[in-house]
Amino acid sequence: MRNLLFIGIAALVTLNSCTSKPDKLPVLGNKQPVTKMVDGKQVTDTAYATIPDFKFVNQYGDTITAKNLNGKIYVADFFFTTCPSICPVMHRNMLNVYKEFKDDDNFRILSHTIDPKYDTVPVLKRYADKMGISGNSWWLLHGNKGDTYGISKSYLQSVQEKNPAGQFIHDGFFILIDKQKRIRGTYEGTDPKEVDKLIADIKTLKAEPEQAVAK
Amino acid sequence: MKIKLIIGIFLFIMITAIVSSCQSDAQVEFSRYYAGGASIYQEHCQNCHGEKGEGLQSLIPPLTDSIYLKNNKKLLACFLQNGLKGKITVNKSDFDDEMKPTDLAPIEIAKVLTYVTNSFGNKMGTVNLQMVEGDLAKCR
Ligand code: HEC
Repeated sequence: MRNLLFIGIAALVTLNSCTSKPDKLPVLGNKQPVTKMVDGKQVTDTAYATIPDFKFVNQYGDTITAKNLNGKIYVADFFFTTCPSICPVMHRNMLNVYKEFKDDDNFRILSHTIDPKYDTVPVLKRYADKMGISGNSWWLLHGNKGDTYGISKSYLQSVQEKNPAGQFIHDGFFILIDKQKRIRGTYEGTDPKEVDKLIADIKTLKAEPEQAVAK
Repeated sequence: MKIKLIIGIFLFIMITAIVSSCQSDAQVEFSRYYAGGASIYQEHCQNCHGEKGEGLQSLIPPLTDSIYLKNNKKLLACFLQNGLKGKITVNKSDFDDEMKPTDLAPIEIAKVLTYVTNSFGNKMGTVNLQMVEGDLAKCR
């Protein structure tokens, strides 16, 4: 009897520790030790993988580079407008992220098309209009295939043009990037529960002191 | 007199038995089509049209417009077999996109249409294989 009680309490404690909200998100991606000189002394620090600079065009025809995201937290994904399988589900869920943060100018959503041939800028604009997306909080990005596939690697993604039917295969992940351009989370974009977690994590991230001060 | 009464009661029981067994046959057919249709819907339609048939903004129409479905009842099987393209008005909104043809067999079309036309607030009864075959023969 006493044992049972003990196990019960132990279980409760563990459960509790699982559900308690972490106040800092992990930093993902490769880390490398870097040594630098500070005040004449050698210091070793950890450098996390960051998203390299890029250049794409959004649905309004504006050029977007990494600079346009300075001081902003953002979420990236990969899609194409004629995708019959997971994209409608992903963007049905992404719409919740958009609605939650669309009035925050320090937040963006970047959806890269992996079918630049069909998804030209006017096609992306039409898609945005039909999705009911306006303003600058959600950018649909067009770029050449090499650039898009290249940046996808930085986001830990695999986007490939494969399969005999000429269809595109791509991961349905949403990737959360902080103001230092580091990866702070990846979420299965087709799962509404994961997307709820993304929304909660964005709020946690925004509250981190490091993020609050970054420009 | 007595015999007539017995025969009468007997006939009455027979008729009710036949009628009620017919009804339950129809009910059984409906349940079979509906249950099969639910899993076909999840696999082939839900991504686009949504778990509750809600559609997606102005990109993909909802399946909740009973009047649209009733008006196009005889065309629905053709929509699935041959695809649907061009401007349509569903739930008072315009849609102008494309649904690609599916490779569902007629029996699967019957099942999924039974599910769709009896879910999401729709109530149109069973769409069975004979009906679908008849409709498919008349596709434009
Ligand atoms: C790739 C996304 C996609 C899939 C998968 C899909 N549809 Fe559609 N569906 C559409 C689009 C887009 C339209 C509107 C076409 C147009 O604008 O002419 C449509 C139209 C319809 C319509 C007529 C309009 C309405 O909303 O009532 C019906 C009925 C329908 N689909 C049923 C189905 C069923 C049943 C399935 C599964 C077997 C299915 N669809 C799978 C995208 C899809």
